[in-house]
Amino acid sequence: MLSIQNLSVSYGAIAALHGISFEVGPGEIVTLIGSNGAGKTSTLRAISGLIKSRGKILYQGRDLANLPPHEIVAAGISHVPEGRMIFANLTVAENLAMGAYLQKDKGGIERDRQFVFGMFPRLAERRQQVAGTLSGGEQQMLAIGRALMSRPKFLMLDEPSLGIAPILVKTIFEKIVEINRQQGLAILLVEQNANLALEISRHGCVLETGQIILRDSSAALRENPKVRAAYLGGV
Amino acid sequence: MIVFLQQLINGLSVGAVYALIALGYTMVYGILRFINFAHSDVFMVGAYCGFYCSRLDSGHTLAGGLLVMAIAMVACALLGIIIERLAYRPLRGSSNLAVLITAIGVSLLLENAAQLVFGADPKAFPALFPERNFTSQAGLTVSSNQLLVLAVTAVLLVALQWIVLHTKIGTAMRAVAFNHQAAALMGINVDRVISFTFGLGSALAAAGGILYAMNYPSIDPYMGTLPGLKAFVAAVLGGIGNIPGAALGGFLLGLIETLVKGSKFSTYSDAIAFAVLILILLFRPAGLLGKFQVEKV
Ligand SMILES: Nc1ncnc2c1ncn2[C@@H]1O[C@H](COP(=O)(O)OP(=O)(O)O)[C@@H](O)[C@H]1O
Ligand SMILES: [Mg+2]
Repeated sequence: MLSIQNLSVSYGAIAALHGISFEVGPGEIVTLIGSNGAGKTSTLRAISGLIKSRGKILYQGRDLANLPPHEIVAAGISHVPEGRMIFANLTVAENLAMGAYLQKDKGGIERDRQFVFGMFPRLAERRQQVAGTLSGGEQQMLAIGRALMSRPKFLMLDEPSLGIAPILVKTIFEKIVEINRQQGLAILLVEQNANLALEISRHGCVLETGQIILRDSSAALRENPKVRAAYLGGV
Repeated sequence: MIVFLQQLINGLSVGAVYALIALGYTMVYGILRFINFAHSDVFMVGAYCGFYCSRLDSGHTLAGGLLVMAIAMVACALLGIIIERLAYRPLRGSSNLAVLITAIGVSLLLENAAQLVFGADPKAFPALFPERNFTSQAGLTVSSNQLLVLAVTAVLLVALQWIVLHTKIGTAMRAVAFNHQAAALMGINVDRVISFTFGLGSALAAAGGILYAMNYPSIDPYMGTLPGLKAFVAAVLGGIGNIPGAALGGFLLGLIETLVKGSKFSTYSDAIAFAVLILILLFRPAGLLGKFQVEKV
């Protein structure tokens, strides 16, 4: 479905990604783990067109590298960014409407809204509330719901557990699995909480200073002593 | 009382023009975080469009005058879009200083081009609309032009508010103003929203230019400078980036100025705007309606 080939990203003279390659198959959850500054966010931002990159980003056979972000969305890729970036000045309903910016059919948009409200009932209760007043966990739900409104076939999530109460983290991960199962949506998940991420994903890649040092099934990665020592708290 | 009411009406009709110009400053600032100094020259071009198009409206009818205004608004909307496309878009991501200097350059370019094209001499602005004065028994005088200024401004403000709050493109404007990247991730073509914003602001400035020229009946290529500066003060007064704030700031500044004009300090009426600017920057830099937004974690 998505095939990243030799992707490199630099910020000025500093290289953040040194030619990484990996794949995400249809309906699959793939996890990208790695410590702070490894280049996880840069990978997602390159795919969604927010930063320039070198290399290939093949999606359903088409190279999307360096297209503007709105064309990436139109191609069916949706990105829930690090820090959520919800529109704090808009209401919950308006945030969702922006997620559906490229959708034209009113009926379809309403169905998607109901789907999101069904998945996150809290958003339905707060639909007229200004999004900046939501709790961190609710904002993350909104960020995910908003991303789904563009009807993606491929979803990227950047640290959805960051800064969220542990009880909500569990809910959000359950929802991620649910979205993946129900909609057959392929998901690229970036997490520092590697335990949780490897539990729900099929494959995983370990990123270290801009290079992929390990690529394996998630089950194997969880047993890998190196991964356990570095990312799973040595348990 | 009559004197006060008279001042109130005069002040509101002066302030309406400031409000219309201030909206353009504030909308562009809200999205791109810079002051588009060329905006006051779009206002000037709007007045010239009115001047030349008035030949279409030889009968001075209300409908004809409104048509002239609509043409000027469309022409200036295009001008604003072209300015953004040619001068500001290539600088996206450059330092604020570079953009600011470019804006001043565009302003000078428009003023000098206007001298070349329209001539440097002031031109008498024609009567676009039928004119009448209404005088009440108590001696309150309102001109039809003043009423027109207020009515047109009110309609434009309501229309703008409707666009910004209740249309998809208006919501996208607010989304882009909050965070360009997040907006881009929604599939919003950010450049297109920026173009739209320039077009909208410039159309309002054109309407302001015509309404201004109607009451100060001569126009020249530098006519935008002073109202432009005052409208900028109005935008800061209301809270730069805040749309209702710009309208409020415009009307308030018009009222303050008119009150000063009617007092013994009348010689300072043009300077009062700058006193207001200094006071607001000292005591409430975010403006009357502006607030510093805190991002929640
Ligand atoms: N906007 C930026 N400007 C300069 N360097 C950056 C920028 N964003 C990230 N970097 C650098 O790129 C590297 C990778 O960062 P990032 O992709 O954010 O990593 P991660 O998401 O894995 O924490 C880091 O060394 C970081 O300092
Ligand atoms: Mg990151």
